[in-house]
Amino acid sequence: MKNNTIKNHIDLDLTHRPDISYIAKLIQTGERVLDLGCGYGELMWLLKRQGVRVQGIEKDDRCIIQCVKRGLYVHHGDIDDGLQHHLDKSFDFVILNQTIQQTLNPGEIIKECLRIGKKVIIVFPNFSHWQIRFSIMISGKTPVTDLMPFHWYDTPNLHYLSNTDFADFCEIQSIKVLKTASFNQKREIHFLPNFFAKLTLFVIQSD
Amino acid sequence: MPTPEKRESTDNQSVGIVETKILKLASLTLDNGESLVPLELAYETYGELSAKKDNAILVCHALSGDAHAAGYHRGDKKPGYWDFYIGPGKAFDTNKYFIISSNVIGGCKGSSGPLSINEKTGLPFQSAFPFVSIADMVNAQEKLVSHFGITQLFAVVGGSMGGMQALQWSVAHPDKLRNCIVMASTSEHSAQQIAFNEVGRQAILSDPNWNNGVYSNDRRPSKGLALARMVGHITYLSDEMMREKFGRNPPKGNIQSADFAVGSYLIHQGESFVDRFDANSYIYVTKALDHFSLGIGKELTKALANVKCRFLVVAYTSDWLYPPYQSEEIVKSLEVNAIPVSFVELNNPAGHDSFLLPSSEQDSILRDFLSSTDEGMVF
Repeated sequence: MKNNTIKNHIDLDLTHRPDISYIAKLIQTGERVLDLGCGYGELMWLLKRQGVRVQGIEKDDRCIIQCVKRGLYVHHGDIDDGLQHHLDKSFDFVILNQTIQQTLNPGEIIKECLRIGKKVIIVFPNFSHWQIRFSIMISGKTPVTDLMPFHWYDTPNLHYLSNTDFADFCEIQSIKVLKTASFNQKREIHFLPNFFAKLTLFVIQSD
Repeated sequence: MPTPEKRESTDNQSVGIVETKILKLASLTLDNGESLVPLELAYETYGELSAKKDNAILVCHALSGDAHAAGYHRGDKKPGYWDFYIGPGKAFDTNKYFIISSNVIGGCKGSSGPLSINEKTGLPFQSAFPFVSIADMVNAQEKLVSHFGITQLFAVVGGSMGGMQALQWSVAHPDKLRNCIVMASTSEHSAQQIAFNEVGRQAILSDPNWNNGVYSNDRRPSKGLALARMVGHITYLSDEMMREKFGRNPPKGNIQSADFAVGSYLIHQGESFVDRFDANSYIYVTKALDHFSLGIGKELTKALANVKCRFLVVAYTSDWLYPPYQSEEIVKSLEVNAIPVSFVELNNPAGHDSFLLPSSEQDSILRDFLSSTDEGMVF
């Protein structure tokens, strides 16, 4: 392994990530969870400590090796074509934590998630955050932010959406929204979320 | 991911001098109702069995392999076939684990097979040897494991045909293993895999010395067997590997019948294979491979419904003989059954043979999957 910086036992305290601790509270011990685009497995590891039966899908080689190191169960592959085999409602939760904006067919994937999951937790960077709005207005350039630290030519993000965009999507698709939450870097926020939220979370269910 | 690294000096990481032993038991009843009398099974062991007998890992070999997986036979320069991964401090750490490497029945490497003496006639069975399946190979291994007083293996691992055995272990003896590692393998052969094996078998059958599988040592169907091996060898490599290794270079060594290096290499592989393998065994073992079937899709899901261990399934992008989709098929069925499984597709360029070659990623995955067993049981 080249990347020896990440140790077998993680000292990383993720509870400071407001979205992560929010998700962890939504899920009960013994529930079955699928984490799509699980990265290095930080959320999975936290859930697993909580006694959640969690598995992930990830396409990045380095991430997979680290997940196995952490004793997590991961499927090396692409979520764009990796969900069909799962049975209807076979997971208590399906999680898309900052993944959906990088998929080829987000609409199709959300539909699949709603089929295989009793509930779906979806988290994405809110593209209508005030800093992004002003950045475009003033610089006239595609914004480069802490949550989307890429240029137009090297970004993995294929789709840009806002809080309101997703609410509209759910309404048009007749998807039931069970919960929404908005976060800045440190905590949950409630005031003008479409303007002040950096991250947006929806808990949804098929109607 | 980088290409496999050159092997470092691992003298202090070798299990040292080893020897193949034979376990002889009264008999084994085969899947088809016939019996093997007696049952002989060749094996090697490395490391020490713990007092609780809970640290044993069974290693299963591929088509032309044998029980010699690690260390050196006295006088040999080459170590066992998986020496990169088995030894003190290696992925299958012999300081921690007791490794049992078992030969398969039906082969010609010391276990019961076509070369065994038929007690009724006093002559070798040759083609009168009964058909053996992957399940029979596993049931024979199960007797070996019981012989050590082991009630549950820490892991069963294998690549290619060894992977089929590992998978069969999880199905046939679900309570007897905690981990199952399946590498470059499949739940059943595809038409393409059967096709290559059929060409190999037909090459043997068309040898003038074949004589329905009854031949003396000085009139063996060597040409046919060599040809079978040559075809097989092509399927174990990748386009990229062949291009890199041979390109359009002229032949090497004293084989002048070939125009190109790849030809002389294959001829050499074929010729050296006939010195260490028996044509009947080639037919028996490739048939066992072709007939192994746990199904695919829903059928496979049903076949894997009662497995109890955790799984690691490893595939290789460049493996076109056992393509990654076949491994994924196993993984998907396990996932539908809510069995804990990790699936890793490694980018090693060496084709099907990749699992035999050194790779730091593979090393890390194998090592970490095993060492996370206790925490990984919470699922």
